[in-house]
Amino acid sequence: MSEAPSPRGVGRELISFRIGAQEFCVDIMSIREIRGWTPATVLPHAPAFVRGVINLRGAVLPIVDLSIRLGLGAAEPTARHVIIVAQVEHQVLGLLVDAVSDILTVTDDMIQPTPDVASDAARAFVRGLVAIDGRMVSFISLDRVLPEIDLEIAA
Amino acid sequence: MDPMAEIKTTFFQECEEQLAELEIGLLAMEAGDHDSETVNAVFRAVHSVKGGAGAFGLDDLVRFAHVFETAMDEVRAGRMVATQEVVKPMLRAADVLADLVRAARDGGYVDHERNAAVAAELTALTGQDPHADADDDDGMDEIAFQPVQIAQFEPEPAGWTLRFKPRSELYRKANETVLLLRELARLGEVEVELDASELPLLPHLDPEGAYLTWTVRLRGASSESDVREVFEFVDTDCEIDVQPTASDAAPEPEAAAPQAEDAAPEFDVAALIRNAQAQVADAAADAPSVAASVTPTVAPLEAPHEAPDDHAATAAPDPGRQDAGKVNANVSAPTIRVDLERVDRLIDLVGELVINQAMLAQRVIEAGMARASSVAVGLDELEQLTRELQDSVMAIRAQPVKSVFQRMPRLAREVASATGKQVRVVTEGEGTEVDKTVIERLADPLTHMIRNAIDHGLEKPERRREAGKNPEGVVRLAAFHRSGRIVIEVSDDGGGINRERVRAIAAEKGLIAADAMLSDEDTDNLIFMPGFSTADAISDISGRGVGMDVVRRSIQELGGRISIASRPGLGSTFTMSLPLTLAVLDGMVLSVGDQTLVAPLTAIVETLQPQRSDVHSISGGSRVITIRDKYVALIDVGMALGYRSEPLDPEEGVALLIEGDGGSRAVLLVDAIQGQRQVVIKSLEANYRRVDGIAAATILGDGRVALILDIDALVSASRGSEARLLQTG
Repeated sequence: MSEAPSPRGVGRELISFRIGAQEFCVDIMSIREIRGWTPATVLPHAPAFVRGVINLRGAVLPIVDLSIRLGLGAAEPTARHVIIVAQVEHQVLGLLVDAVSDILTVTDDMIQPTPDVASDAARAFVRGLVAIDGRMVSFISLDRVLPEIDLEIAA
Repeated sequence: MDPMAEIKTTFFQECEEQLAELEIGLLAMEAGDHDSETVNAVFRAVHSVKGGAGAFGLDDLVRFAHVFETAMDEVRAGRMVATQEVVKPMLRAADVLADLVRAARDGGYVDHERNAAVAAELTALTGQDPHADADDDDGMDEIAFQPVQIAQFEPEPAGWTLRFKPRSELYRKANETVLLLRELARLGEVEVELDASELPLLPHLDPEGAYLTWTVRLRGASSESDVREVFEFVDTDCEIDVQPTASDAAPEPEAAAPQAEDAAPEFDVAALIRNAQAQVADAAADAPSVAASVTPTVAPLEAPHEAPDDHAATAAPDPGRQDAGKVNANVSAPTIRVDLERVDRLIDLVGELVINQAMLAQRVIEAGMARASSVAVGLDELEQLTRELQDSVMAIRAQPVKSVFQRMPRLAREVASATGKQVRVVTEGEGTEVDKTVIERLADPLTHMIRNAIDHGLEKPERRREAGKNPEGVVRLAAFHRSGRIVIEVSDDGGGINRERVRAIAAEKGLIAADAMLSDEDTDNLIFMPGFSTADAISDISGRGVGMDVVRRSIQELGGRISIASRPGLGSTFTMSLPLTLAVLDGMVLSVGDQTLVAPLTAIVETLQPQRSDVHSISGGSRVITIRDKYVALIDVGMALGYRSEPLDPEEGVALLIEGDGGSRAVLLVDAIQGQRQVVIKSLEANYRRVDGIAAATILGDGRVALILDIDALVSASRGSEARLLQTG
């Protein structure tokens, strides 16, 4: 993961997406591709936010419902939903979101720390807030979304 | 990896191949094959190991290999006959050599005492020869296993005279003679003469041939091993004769060479013509172009095959020459070494292509395309091609079972000597190919079965004699292909299974009821039960707490089955049937709820349509089903995997009788059977994690992921740990 802070003034690119009415973004360097929703094969004994697995050109790709993961309630996936294929460490996984909206170029000083008022779920995954064109976009750390799965593996 | 380590890895890989060749050759010699090519193959194997080991400074290995090589050379030169008394110690020496190679590679224990004993045996063999090779300079030092520098023991002659004649192979391997000569020049003052008299006329000149011979007179105090070291990497590709330069009278070859030089200008044309004739004769004799002579004016008139005898006393040129002859006689198919990862990546890609092709075909049908349309026809052709491609790619990973079969004779020798039995191992179908992983994982169960066959199967020689059998027992190891699977049989001609004893032990250990009615077949199969072992005392050989149940489990883990057939007094046969690859699996595609699952076909014994009256509920919500008057646990797959909240009505579903680990049976209740097909196995763990009850995943023709059931996990879950399986959800 390219988590090294970029030099002041040099922009880093984030990809922003929507879940319900909220907008989130992740570092574009961790994104492999974006594809349409295809029904997933349900995995037995999986946590609720793991939708199941899909076939990504021969690889078995687990799908995480980010909406559930962020505590926003389960998504009702339709053909218009998209899967963001992201690489986190050595694993590749799909993130189910409503839609991809934009590519943002931001500098580190544009990312503001998460205020204390945020909920547990927000504090766990949101690294900061980005204000762009009057919109508020939450910057999500994928490493924080996913080690949770690993913890459950160990459990 | 640093380059040196890489080269070393290659060396050890090659060592394994050489050791295998060595053992094959020795076994052939033991069986009475005295063909010079066999003897040469053995010699060459030892020689190559020694050469490589020398380059890496593996002194123990070099020393032992040298003793071995010396003994082999006696046989090769015809000074010693390869009788049983000679071959047996050599087989033991091959074992020691293998141990030393492995010790050099992996570190670990080396039994110096045994090695020294075997070395002494070999020395004793060569010692019988009154004409011990004079130029086996340091033989005695090494036999005594003194870590002494070779050079210190050698007389230091005034210098060396070398005759160096490269063969075309040397050039083909991109060696440069000038570099070798330069290297020699570093050892001392040199005087180099080129003998170009074998150079044919232009029309007869093979541009890739080798016609030149150098005579080098080296002055200075360098040792013979220093000189030979220069040629270390090319010594199989050239003739090299090293003689000490005598202070006064020059030895014969040296004397002859200048003579030739003098004579050459005079007889130039005649010599060239004769040379050309000799070349043609050589080619006709299918021998390499080794006119091989010190005096070119005479030698081309001789048959080239007589030449070796003249130089039988000098070790170095000899192996080289015969080597070259062997190349023609026993050309092995050219091979390349490829990283396994690359092959696996290719296999993955082809697997994806197969899935993609199936998806495309389905889409075309869905689009309402006529079967006879050109698109559909084209798709059929594509399907054929992808199948062929898949088969070819799988064949890359396929290897002959030879590599694992080869280890067995040695094992048999060891077990036989430890148990005081006489045994001969017969192997059949060593060329039968199967996936590399299957081969690797076959070694342990096979080892165990061979041990068992000798330890438990075969009788002692005296018992065999009483029974009118050959005191030497036979253990047969056979491999063949049958209906898309590989079958491996391990049979012995021993006493067969003592069914009464097996029954008694099983009853005593509480594995069966004392009054259980068992067919002969069922009784034989008792030996596969966990916790069963017939050894009276835990013997060092097979009673290591590992029973036939472990063998059976390892075979089942490979998707295989094992069975036994035994005839009292005549012996037993274990038959294993294994899939040819672990990348694909024959599966039964099932519907459970709205999900599609795959069950490995090998685990399914039969399918049946259950009646509601056959199913009984027992405490805790579990159900059992009666099959031919036996109660078997009923596993509702939908419930077990959480796909269904209400149990399935047995009459609405289909039941599969499955057999899991250790022969335990259960019945899986599913909604429907969709069909049977071969599926490509995909890892679920690569991007996710292990899931209880699921072995792996696959991708079906519609492009969706289907999960492959882990039969053993389901069965063991049904046997009491069901709560655990459900809890994790």
